[in-house]
Amino acid sequence: MDATLIRRIAQDRAARRGVALVTALDDAATTALVATDGADMGAALPAPVRDAACTAIRQDQATNIEAEGRRWFINVFAPRPRLIVIGAVHIAQALAPMAAAVGYDMAVIDPRGAFLTPDRFPGVTARIAWPEDALPEIGLDPASALLALTHDPKLDDPALTLALDAPLFYIGALGSTRTHAKRVARLEEAGFDAGRISRIHAPVGLAIGARTAPEIALSILSEVVAVRRLGSAGALRQRPPKG
Amino acid sequence: MTGGSHTATGDDVLGAALDWRGQGVGVALATVVSTWGSAPRLPGSQMAVAADGRFAGSVSGGCVEGAVIEAAQACIAGAAPKLMDFSVGDDQAWAVGLACGGRLEVWVERLD
Repeated sequence: MDATLIRRIAQDRAARRGVALVTALDDAATTALVATDGADMGAALPAPVRDAACTAIRQDQATNIEAEGRRWFINVFAPRPRLIVIGAVHIAQALAPMAAAVGYDMAVIDPRGAFLTPDRFPGVTARIAWPEDALPEIGLDPASALLALTHDPKLDDPALTLALDAPLFYIGALGSTRTHAKRVARLEEAGFDAGRISRIHAPVGLAIGARTAPEIALSILSEVVAVRRLGSAGALRQRPPKG
Repeated sequence: MTGGSHTATGDDVLGAALDWRGQGVGVALATVVSTWGSAPRLPGSQMAVAADGRFAGSVSGGCVEGAVIEAAQACIAGAAPKLMDFSVGDDQAWAVGLACGGRLEVWVERLD
């Protein structure tokens, strides 16, 4: 294998771009890189292998595939996944150590400096700023998830507006079904169609019966992990009827 | 080493491989491509081996590293890339106290 490919992997990872290294496991050892931005390097690959590589990058999961009579191994070099949280609220506090434990970087954005203090959020990237100012700076890439947790349209809506235009792998918003219906109406007013708005997971989190802030954080993080690893959390979102 | 742990260590292994290559030393990369049963390192885990005996990373809990390093040295010396298949019978693994009672495949290839 050409060391140039390894150098390119290092560059892509530094720039938070996922990349897959694809190798045919035979004497010819054909090698290629597939990047999420569509830029390839090395040998031309059969279409099913290329597609599998893109899926593997998204799920951050190495995999094997048979194509054109050859066995291919797809290794993934993904940037660390990241949670971008709008609102330095109680749930965000509970989320911070859990996110770190499962290997996610976390950034919290809140213009309210009284909420976003170092002692409430030790070890977390903190931006005391409005979401519309901080988000473009942080960057909304395919390895990032955005969580709008303030309940406050002044803060959540601008963040969601930017999120819906970005290639994030997950967007979630806190709030009841009724709160979300109002949010949907506002976003429709702002010009987003129903299909795009449906990218927002709301009410956020899996239906595990969470009540406390740490339980809600757990349900949110579980959903983020499920979407990243499985592509969808649909089968895990069944909510029991209210009773 | 897929997921977070994979990517956390992957950097160092590839970084070491590039460093050694930059020093003009021959380098081979070994990569776990599949595992069955209990295996301590997930598919994607890598080990870089230099011609002068240095190595970084791992492909198992230490059970197969010796054989992989040997194959890596052969690749550096010009042998074709190789898919190595390690089956560790449960009894055998238990007897020598290995963590992996399963099976793993490791791809070994020279870095040019």
